[in-house]
Amino acid sequence: MGKKILLEHVAVPGIHTLEVYRKMGGYESVRKALKEMTPDGVVEEVKKSGLRGRGGAGFPTGMKWSFLDKKSDKPRYLVCNADESEPGTFKDRYLMERIPHLLIEGMITSSFALGARTSYIYVRGEMMYVIRILEKAIAEAYAAGFLGKNILGSDYSLDLHVQPGGGAYICGEETALLESLEGKRGNPRNKPPFPAVWGLYGCPTVVNNVETIADVPWIVNNGGDAYAAIGIGKSTGTKLISACGNISKPGVYEIELGLSVEEFLNSEEYCGGIANGRALKAVVAGGSSVPILPAELILTTANNEKRLMTYESLSDGGFVTGTMLGSGGFIVFDDQQCIVRNLWNFTRFYHHESCGQCSPCREGTGWMEKVLHRIEHGHGKMSDIDLLVDVAKKIEGKTICPLGEAAAWPVASAIRHFRAEFEEHVRNPDSCVKKHLHRELVHAH
Amino acid sequence: MVFSESRLKEIEEIKHRYPEGRHKSALLPVLHLAQEDHGWLPVDVMDEVAKVLDLHPIEVYEVATFYTMFHVKPVGKYVLEVCRTGPCCNVGAEELIIYLEEKLGIQSGETTPDGLFTIKPVECLAACGTGPVLQIGPKYHYHEHLTKEKIDQLIDDLRAKA
Repeated sequence: MGKKILLEHVAVPGIHTLEVYRKMGGYESVRKALKEMTPDGVVEEVKKSGLRGRGGAGFPTGMKWSFLDKKSDKPRYLVCNADESEPGTFKDRYLMERIPHLLIEGMITSSFALGARTSYIYVRGEMMYVIRILEKAIAEAYAAGFLGKNILGSDYSLDLHVQPGGGAYICGEETALLESLEGKRGNPRNKPPFPAVWGLYGCPTVVNNVETIADVPWIVNNGGDAYAAIGIGKSTGTKLISACGNISKPGVYEIELGLSVEEFLNSEEYCGGIANGRALKAVVAGGSSVPILPAELILTTANNEKRLMTYESLSDGGFVTGTMLGSGGFIVFDDQQCIVRNLWNFTRFYHHESCGQCSPCREGTGWMEKVLHRIEHGHGKMSDIDLLVDVAKKIEGKTICPLGEAAAWPVASAIRHFRAEFEEHVRNPDSCVKKHLHRELVHAH
Repeated sequence: MVFSESRLKEIEEIKHRYPEGRHKSALLPVLHLAQEDHGWLPVDVMDEVAKVLDLHPIEVYEVATFYTMFHVKPVGKYVLEVCRTGPCCNVGAEELIIYLEEKLGIQSGETTPDGLFTIKPVECLAACGTGPVLQIGPKYHYHEHLTKEKIDQLIDDLRAKA
């Protein structure tokens, strides 16, 4: 059994209530931080922990916190990114639904460290029931004196609010999220200035993912060094992986970073192997935006080393033979799955979710969807395959936010590793490994 | 009257979540309330939202049309929002959308003649491990591990409730 930091008490009955959560040691980090530590002391422990952003980018959290403009006399904000919308990713929903107080405790301790007096949790609107769970838990925390004026008798005060989104993948991008929180369309901002200088309402702001913030209480309670002792190299601590697709046991698992992909995929403790005795074809390891890898490259690197669940090992080989840990959305495809159809589906997603601000993304995602649609539906040309590569290249790096890359990488990697399957679709449209429903679903919105 | 007295009170409370002068932040929460009350967001409702939040109507229109959860055209009493993204499709979401269309006699995006149901395929709902998944506003409860039998039951229950 690997070390559990976030999900240790997930199975305890009533853990969603303040009473049970406190019995299991909950809110200790708030007491410790406020009574025994300085805000900078908390930031220091988070730096020492080596914790990296768990939303997908993997940027060191302590460093992000230290960029916060301390000279500014404006209010500072901590905003939690709970807009979880990356296909394949469902860990934050699980965490907030089961242990809402863990996120709230993390928000209080982190807000103290950053000097924020008002903080927000931005939850995607579709998770309305999660918003209700969080609101109930926040009310409990206010009643117990963990939120509001003079928390635990200290001179630190904090208000915490939950903000619903309205249905937009792009709002997971931190500046689009801030625009949305200001009551606007979710159009990402040009950077710099970064949110640490010009964030919510033009004030210094830190935006962190749910899981990142939920890691902070353990780090404060046990020390940054203890956290850094878990994991391998620069991949410290644990990570929530949401596993789905053709596996025996889809679900949310907390792993110690450094676990081998093979063990994660095949052991009974985690995915339990490929479902129905089929063979593994490919894996998208970190949410739909990261490059897809064929079976042989997800289990071992191009240098024939065991592939590990770490930021470094998964990206070994760059995008030629590697991928990314990303959000931890682990999507498994068995040998029945059609790569072309899956790619068309994902590309339709990015086309639908492009905010429309930058032409390469707005137009390019639509072109890619159209070309993939015709290949998948038996009207493709051989030249379409290179056309897709070309369009993907012309989106990448030419947009304000990373949605451009998110749309381009799956296309480039699918063709890199599965070109023969695309060619076969063009040559013989009926040869597809899975008999598809060649029927259109209407674009409803 | 677009908003009831108790709703107006609720809206005032929401405005207090934000700093002085930043009440525009209340727009998304208030649009959710308006849609819950009216089923969708006709122009007069959006205009009233603009009024209670002291915004220009265009500020409300441009936001309501950006986010997929807001219905700016009439919809049925129950909008069946079914995930159509990759992981759900690999466990049968497309077949279930077609089943729903045939069962209700409408296409995706359409509303049944009795005004009860609209089918609306949506993108990933973060339930990829428990798909296929469908949700129905205004509570947006998740119906996971969806099957034809579960759809039959759900439609029967909603018809009985209506």
